[in-house]
Amino acid sequence: METNKVPLLAIEGICKTLGGKEILRDVSLILEEGDLKVLIGPSGGGKSTLLQCINLLIRPDKGRIFLRGREVSFNRKKEVLSFRQEIGMIFQDFNLFDHLTALDNVSIALRKVKKMSKREAYERARMELERVGLGDKLNHYPAELSGGQKQRVSIARALAMDPAVLLLDEPTSALDPELISEVLAVIKDLSESGMTMLMATHQMGFVKNLAREILFIEGGRIIEQGPPDYLLNCKDRHSRTWDFCSKLNDFYGEDVA
Amino acid sequence: MSHPLQVVITSLPYLLGGAVVTVGIVVGAMALGFFIGLPLAFVQVYGNIVLRKIAAFYVWFFRGIPVLVLLFLFYFGLFTLIDWNITAFWAAVLVLGMRGGAYQSQIFRGSILSIPSGQLKAARALGMTDLQAIFYIILPQTLRIALPGWSNEYSIVLKDSAIAFVLGTSEIMSRTHFVASRTYEQLAMYLTAGAIYFVLTWVGVHLLKRLENRLKIPGYTS
Repeated sequence: METNKVPLLAIEGICKTLGGKEILRDVSLILEEGDLKVLIGPSGGGKSTLLQCINLLIRPDKGRIFLRGREVSFNRKKEVLSFRQEIGMIFQDFNLFDHLTALDNVSIALRKVKKMSKREAYERARMELERVGLGDKLNHYPAELSGGQKQRVSIARALAMDPAVLLLDEPTSALDPELISEVLAVIKDLSESGMTMLMATHQMGFVKNLAREILFIEGGRIIEQGPPDYLLNCKDRHSRTWDFCSKLNDFYGEDVA
Repeated sequence: MSHPLQVVITSLPYLLGGAVVTVGIVVGAMALGFFIGLPLAFVQVYGNIVLRKIAAFYVWFFRGIPVLVLLFLFYFGLFTLIDWNITAFWAAVLVLGMRGGAYQSQIFRGSILSIPSGQLKAARALGMTDLQAIFYIILPQTLRIALPGWSNEYSIVLKDSAIAFVLGTSEIMSRTHFVASRTYEQLAMYLTAGAIYFVLTWVGVHLLKRLENRLKIPGYTS
């Protein structure tokens, strides 16, 4: 039944060498409509590079990317630009535009990239900001917002573009502990409303409850993958993911497995 | 013989006429420097290797030679060679402007580099072209960040403009020199010239400071 269906996003054999160091070696993955998959693994393992290769912010040396079965040509500038509009990206340190209010942060790409009128763009931006609970911060500048609020603006900014897929690069790593939950709540809502997401994170509680699949990346390769239940539950076999996560557990005292 | 104060008062309108010329040179040179320096800065940060080398050479040339030499080199040398009948005023604007462009490019370059590179990444991730990202995201912040340095550059160019006197431009310095050498009131006259420069510096820096405050991004420090 599902076998004939074309996946929403397919990544095949991505390789990337940066500064003489192999960062990604033959990474492949598939995202179906509505999937929430997470990337886990030690820092320097290639998670961030992989995410940036997927929306072509970093150009892979090798590999192919398919959106709804259509291959994206890395060389055609126009194709890359319109592909990027379909792939939303959330960064660890938010990367909001410091000189623009929350409303303008969200609406600028609508106006300049999607060529919406100012009114239309503001309307949409207001809606997205309300959706992430920031309806009362429309005219605040990034420097006037907390980390959690900034990250929610950046989520609104990505969603306003109507992306097919959202990539999240450790969206809560730069946040104070008490602000993490407000961002995770937004991501949870998104997942429940059917947004397709690929997220690098070490929030294991979140992963356990919501992720469809864990991809464990180390040394530029996906070395293990499977549903959280399977990878985080290993009484009788070895799992690198479990090892790693139980270390997180020791360190943070987080509830892992 | 008349009192020094009387000489100053009598010559003041003449000197203030010179101040108008000085302001003209400075405004012209700052504007030219802006339109040279800004693209030069972006080329130095984002340009390819060839453009970067050209920009680096330009900056190296204009920063490496004393302004007096530059003025003579262009006005008596190059412009004469190509038979360009340019007035001393415009020659001063041109030379101070080209030289200012080299310095201004470094102010803008530092500003561009101080903007977290993640913002450019975020703009590109939203589907903006590099040019759109630079124009809508990097440029507005660059200009704000550059203002304090730019204001400093204004105060330097204003005072450097006094050297245009060697070309025979009738700005503050040359008019002061003219009056001083005829009345022998050197001290009083040069003090007056100094005072005029001081006021022009103060007014300009003050206005730019006000602009800086008006453009300040709420909540943003540094």
